[in-house]
Amino acid sequence: MIMSGDMKLTLKVWRQKNSSAKGAFETYQVDGISKDMSFLEMFDVLNERLISEGKEPIAFDHDCREGICGMCSMYINGRAHGPWKGTTTCQLHMRAFNDGDTIVVEPWRSVAFPVVKDLVVNRSAFDRIIQAGGYISVNTGNAVDANSILIDKPDADKAFAAAACIGCGACVAACPNASAMLFTSAKVSHLALLPQGDPERKTRVNNMVRQMDIEGFGMCSNTGACEAECPKEISLENIARMNREYVSSVFAG
Amino acid sequence: MNWFTAFLKSSIGRKVVMGLTGIFLIVFLVVHCGVNACIFVNDNGETFNKAAHFMGSNFFIRVAEIGLFAGILLHIVQGLLLWADKSKRRPVGYNKTAGSVTSTWYSRSMGLLGTLILLFLILHLKHFWVPSRITGLGEVMYEQEKVLNLYSEMKRVFSELWVVVVYVLGVISLGYHLMHGFQSAFQSLGWNHPKYTPLIKSLGFGFSILVPLIFAAMPLLMYLEIIN
Repeated sequence: MIMSGDMKLTLKVWRQKNSSAKGAFETYQVDGISKDMSFLEMFDVLNERLISEGKEPIAFDHDCREGICGMCSMYINGRAHGPWKGTTTCQLHMRAFNDGDTIVVEPWRSVAFPVVKDLVVNRSAFDRIIQAGGYISVNTGNAVDANSILIDKPDADKAFAAAACIGCGACVAACPNASAMLFTSAKVSHLALLPQGDPERKTRVNNMVRQMDIEGFGMCSNTGACEAECPKEISLENIARMNREYVSSVFAG
Repeated sequence: MNWFTAFLKSSIGRKVVMGLTGIFLIVFLVVHCGVNACIFVNDNGETFNKAAHFMGSNFFIRVAEIGLFAGILLHIVQGLLLWADKSKRRPVGYNKTAGSVTSTWYSRSMGLLGTLILLFLILHLKHFWVPSRITGLGEVMYEQEKVLNLYSEMKRVFSELWVVVVYVLGVISLGYHLMHGFQSAFQSLGWNHPKYTPLIKSLGFGFSILVPLIFAAMPLLMYLEIIN
C-alpha cells in the first residue's frame, strides 16, 4: 500500500538501455507524492505508472531499504545519495524536496563503474579490491573465545567506524577524480587496527592498492568530497592511515 | 629498483611525491619571502642586496637551487598528469554537480591554479633569475665587495603597472593553491591526527594568506614608491 500525497515533481532521469548504448535524460512529471515517502518509493510510484502505460520501468539498485546494504546508488541533484548528510538514497525522504521541484537523477559516474542499465552501475570493482586483501586468513576449527585477544577500546572504536563502510560507491561518485581511496582505506583500516589483521597488514595494503589502481579508479587530491557525501561518514583519517600503511609496506616491507 | 618505480607509478606513490615536493616548495617560499622582505628595511636596498648576494654565492644554497628546480619540475609534471588523468576516469560527466557544497572550489581547481602560478613563474624567472644568473646585472659596492644590484632591478621591473597587476594575480593564485595544498600535503604523507591536524589546517590557512600578502606588498609598495 503506497501512501499518496500532494507533491508534484519534475524528474529528469538518466535512461540507458545497456552498457554499450548511448544514454540520455528523460523527463517525467510525477504527482501524488507524499512527503513521508522515501526517494525510492517515489520511484516505485513512477515505475508502477510506467508499467501500467506499457513502458519500460526505470532500473535502479536497491535491496534492504534501511540504509545498511549499500545497494542504492543515485546521484540526485548533483549529490551522491541526495542532499541529506550521512544518508543513503533509500533513507532520503521526499520532505527533503519542495512541491514543484525539478530533480535530476543520474547514475554513479566512473570508468570503473560501467552503467548496466539506467541508474544501475556495475560495482564489481569493489568486490575485486576486497578479494585482493580485505580479509584475514584463519585456520578452521572451533570459534576462538571473544576475550582471548584483548583490544584497546579506542582502536576497537576506530576499526568499527571504518568497518561501517557499506561499499555503496558514493565516495567514487562524489570525487572529482573518481577515486576509490575512501572505500579502500576504510577496508584497509578496519583490519589494520585490529590484532587479527596485523599479520597480513603489509601484503593487504599493497595488494588492495594495486587492485584499486588496476580497476581504473582515479587519483586522490584530498578535496574531501568523499567524506562529505559518505552515508556512513567514513573519515579522511582512514585515507591518511592507508597512505602510511602503504608507504611503510613499500619501504619497510 | 622495480619496487620503487612501481611505488612512484601507484596512486599513493604519486600523491606522496606531490606532498613531499609541495612541502619542499613551501620551505622555499619561507626562505624566498624572508630574503625579499629585507626590502622593507627601506635602506635603498643594502640589506636586501647583501642577503641576495649571500643566497647567490653560497655553495650549499646553489646546490639546493638545483634541487629546487627539480622539485618544481616534478611537482608540475605530476600535477599536469593528474589533471589530464581526471577526464579519463569519468568519461561521461554529471549533468549537475555539488559545486562548493561538498568541497572548496580551490581544492577542485589545483590544476588551474597551478597553471596560473606556472605562467607567472615563467615571467618571474625572466624578470629576475635570468638576468642575475645568466645575462648579467648592474653591480653595487658595499664595504669593498661588489654585489649584484637586484634592488634597482626590482624597482625598474615594478615601475610598470601591468607587471604589478600580473604579480598580484600570481600571488593570489599561489594563496588559493596553498590554502588547499598546505594541509593536503600533510594528509598525503599520512600525517593526519586528531590532535595535530586542526593545528596544521590553521597554520596552512594563516600561511596561505600571510605569505602572498607579503609578496604582493613588494611590487605594490615599489610601484607606489613607498619603498624608495
